[in-house]
Amino acid sequence: MEVLAQQLVNALALGGTYALLALGLAMVFSVLGLINFAHGDLMTITGYTLFFAIAAGVPFAVAVPLGVGAAMLAAVAMERVAFRPVRNASAATMLLTSFALSTILHIAFQNLISARPRPVPVPDWLGGSLDLGGLEIGTIHAVSIASTALLLLALSVFLRRSLLGISMRAAALDFPVTRLMGINANAVIATAFAISGLLAGVAGVLWIAQRGSVDPVMGFLPVLKAFIAVVLGGLGSLSGAVAGGLVLGFIEVALRAFLPGELLAFREAISLSLVILLLLWRPQGLLGAPAVAR
Amino acid sequence: MREASLAVAPGRIVTLLGANGAGKSSVLNAVMGLAPASGGSVIFAGERLDGLAPERIVRRGLTLTPEGRRVFAGLSVGENLAIGAASRRGGAEVRRTREQMLELFPVLAERLEQPAGTLSGGEQQMLAIARSLMCAPRMLLLDEPSLGLAPQVVDAIFALIARLRDDGLTILLVEQNVELALEIADEGFVLAGGQVVMSGPAAELRRSGGIAEAYLGAA
Repeated sequence: MEVLAQQLVNALALGGTYALLALGLAMVFSVLGLINFAHGDLMTITGYTLFFAIAAGVPFAVAVPLGVGAAMLAAVAMERVAFRPVRNASAATMLLTSFALSTILHIAFQNLISARPRPVPVPDWLGGSLDLGGLEIGTIHAVSIASTALLLLALSVFLRRSLLGISMRAAALDFPVTRLMGINANAVIATAFAISGLLAGVAGVLWIAQRGSVDPVMGFLPVLKAFIAVVLGGLGSLSGAVAGGLVLGFIEVALRAFLPGELLAFREAISLSLVILLLLWRPQGLLGAPAVAR
Repeated sequence: MREASLAVAPGRIVTLLGANGAGKSSVLNAVMGLAPASGGSVIFAGERLDGLAPERIVRRGLTLTPEGRRVFAGLSVGENLAIGAASRRGGAEVRRTREQMLELFPVLAERLEQPAGTLSGGEQQMLAIARSLMCAPRMLLLDEPSLGLAPQVVDAIFALIARLRDDGLTILLVEQNVELALEIADEGFVLAGGQVVMSGPAAELRRSGGIAEAYLGAA
């Protein structure tokens, strides 16, 4: 029973991080039709900001908002410099642009910083554990779950209550008509990127708090997982992205915990096979709208 | 679309007629900056609008209710109305417009919390018009408001369009249903083969009977 509860906490923590990343990808996709593969590099930028800030003697509690802010700024800058010139180009052009951007960033990190991992010292209390009525939870897991829940709640209030939030949902449904309402296209797109940067920044802090280091290609694997989560949840659906992230986290943790030792090496393959099975069952994704027959 | 020159007088309904593919929607989209024309100019109340983005043009007092209604299906009726007023400041004035709209379209008041996608076609058309009016425009462009609607619903919508004109709104109406359009319009232009082939007061166009020819000529 206790093992189950432990694994549930692990799954929520990992799934929550995937959900944050997937939601950032989905926000940008919903307004622009772009899958931004440089999204993971925003996490890396958060990581290096933490590394340099802490090395310069900035306290951890200040370095975290700096790191998240750097990811937001970088996301907005990516849009302005790389994606705006190809905004009306084909989906393939935008996708290739994001790959190119990601590659340029990897090379820049390798040459300007280092190809080797850089340590990011995390405060001791984050490595400890909490006692919740007999259930021992890693502090980092508790922080992960709490910050994910808080962020998702705040975002949901923003999207439902504020005019800018409603505009973003409208833009995801019908961009030209949203402009006809007098809503500035650049403002909506920049906000989508800023939010995706915020989500990637927080995910980056949580990721690094577990690993304790940052390296040039750190963001690649999580963003790949997030992309799988977005497709699993239903491309274009924001709640689907969150659901997809959580489901993927649960699958991965469950496999790690309960697979017999000799099969552990295959757990990525098994996890992706399960995703494929889910997609065969619901091709539109878990929460995606069913394809309309025309 | 080759070339066309249209003028719309304030406080009138002007209708733009023509067969499918004659370029009626292209004219509206060019005016609103959605699909800018390769040449020519758009002048509204003495100011050039061509080259401006749609969001800027809306702020000059011009708006479009697009073909096929295109309400935000996943947003509630109330959210659709709220977003229609996005170009305006001043909460009190926006609230007053919203109350006027709910008075004009009582069916929307009953369904404020409902997703717009669950409304019937006629209700969606009313919502689309109300959403356009939320920006307090001086001129409304209407693209095929009767499309796919039952005759009684069309009558109600056209009565409403005439009422909006009587309240002082300038309207440019694109419509397939020639008879209906000429009934409420003050003036009309007929497009064929990418240019204006006839124009004049609606009553005259109705009498002349040359419109059917223009349609055939375009095919």
